[in-house]
Amino acid sequence: MSSFRIGAALLLLLVLMALFAPVIAPGDPLAISGQAMLRPFESEAHLLGTDRLGRDVFAGLVHGTRTTLLVAFFSAAAALIIGSIVGTISGFLGGVTDIVLMRITEAFQTVPGFLLALATISVTGPSVPTLVLAISLGNWTQAARVTRAEVLSLRERDFVAAARTLGMRPFEIAFREILPNAFGPTASLAAISVATAILIEAALSFLGFGDPNRVTWGSMIAEGRTVLRAAPYLSIVPGIALVVTVLSVHLIGRGLSRTERLQP
Amino acid sequence: MMDGSSSPLMELRNVAKRFGDHSHDGLKNINISLMHGETLAIAGSSGSGKTTLARLVMRLTRPDEGSIHLLGQDITHMGGGALRRMRPRFQMVFQDPLAAFNPRANVKRILEDPLRIHGFASKSEYGDILAQTLERVGLGTQYLQRLPLELSGGQRQRVAIARAILTKPQLIVLDEPVSALDVSVRAQILNLLLDLQAETRVSYLFISHDLAVVRAFANRMIVMEEGRIAEEGYTEEVLANPQANATQVLIDAVPRLVI
Repeated sequence: MSSFRIGAALLLLLVLMALFAPVIAPGDPLAISGQAMLRPFESEAHLLGTDRLGRDVFAGLVHGTRTTLLVAFFSAAAALIIGSIVGTISGFLGGVTDIVLMRITEAFQTVPGFLLALATISVTGPSVPTLVLAISLGNWTQAARVTRAEVLSLRERDFVAAARTLGMRPFEIAFREILPNAFGPTASLAAISVATAILIEAALSFLGFGDPNRVTWGSMIAEGRTVLRAAPYLSIVPGIALVVTVLSVHLIGRGLSRTERLQP
Repeated sequence: MMDGSSSPLMELRNVAKRFGDHSHDGLKNINISLMHGETLAIAGSSGSGKTTLARLVMRLTRPDEGSIHLLGQDITHMGGGALRRMRPRFQMVFQDPLAAFNPRANVKRILEDPLRIHGFASKSEYGDILAQTLERVGLGTQYLQRLPLELSGGQRQRVAIARAILTKPQLIVLDEPVSALDVSVRAQILNLLLDLQAETRVSYLFISHDLAVVRAFANRMIVMEEGRIAEEGYTEEVLANPQANATQVLIDAVPRLVI
């Protein structure tokens, strides 16, 4: 439970940072704001220093939180929703539907998620909605498999038989009776999905496939790479932010799966 | 009456059900008929096919051979909307009342479901119907917001009975309805079922392995053994003069008070 609290506190901090980014660091984070290559704590106006072009690292970091969290949460949510719907249909209907849906799931699983995202982005072009789509495309399969396994065991339970004897329609049985009860283990996947999404987004930005009009941590790390020896802080600062975010989500996930296990 | 009270309410004709390749599993050549207002007990040790029989009658599964008739209609291969429209006529009470409820649904939702699904009443009437039904099964409206986990075993089974009678069925399949309950609560639940039968002439298909309960509850009984009917007749006669080995085994299993 304490790991859940630490994670939640960190994440809350990040969310506040994202929400109040224009207040904390006013102005365009992509605008040149001072002398180039200032080291952290060297200047009071640029607490974490400036990059090669003289853009404020702190402003980039704060505004980068927005993109990172936005893309991560929406793509994780999309992955979980798509995955649990596919898993429920597959497990509940069984038969040919199950076979077809599971082969499709496996087809997606055999391609690395990052490659799938890269391929999608190179077709659609980078923007926040396409990033969400691209990342969730490789991320929904796990949720589908977990949900399916859970649904397979739930559908044999008496309360599902009872719902059938009451004359409930199959659609309602699947999505109102079974899915809410199957969602627990899937929800504890949320943390992994969010963490994966953050890393894929960062990696895409690093490769230059991120939204060019937004600062992201991945693009900051990529920018800093060219001057890694002269100014390692340019890569280290956003790198630490990335680690803290993934860690907070991971801690929350650990806390969630623990409480889930305590339930009957 | 739809087809005169002399014709059976429910009938199984030459029903067989196989599981896998094992010829000794499942059910073979089952013929049963149940009249209006009657209670028929299905007794048998575990593995004799009692629960499979209940699932067949409820059309939760289909027989491999034979036919199932309810209220003069062949429901053997009925499906979809036609079967759903028949569902209010036959209901079931499960052995483990906790497993028979969606763990996330409270009593209100559990009891509103049958009304909503079949459109028996308008939403504004739900409150009154639920209050009446809860009172009928010996519970009060203070239980409406409770989850199944927050009820005692006896209370759960009362809610299960309430759910079963909401659609005013002519047949209720009772699958060991008291075997999971405390001995002190059993008599209350059985009496409740008997009272309901006296009021509504509902028929019961009563599945049990406990002959003491069967004797108190059923007019006729069937003893099952390895998926076949080993013996059938009036409860008193069968118990007074058991013919089949399976019946004798069940009689010997009834605990006696030795002083």
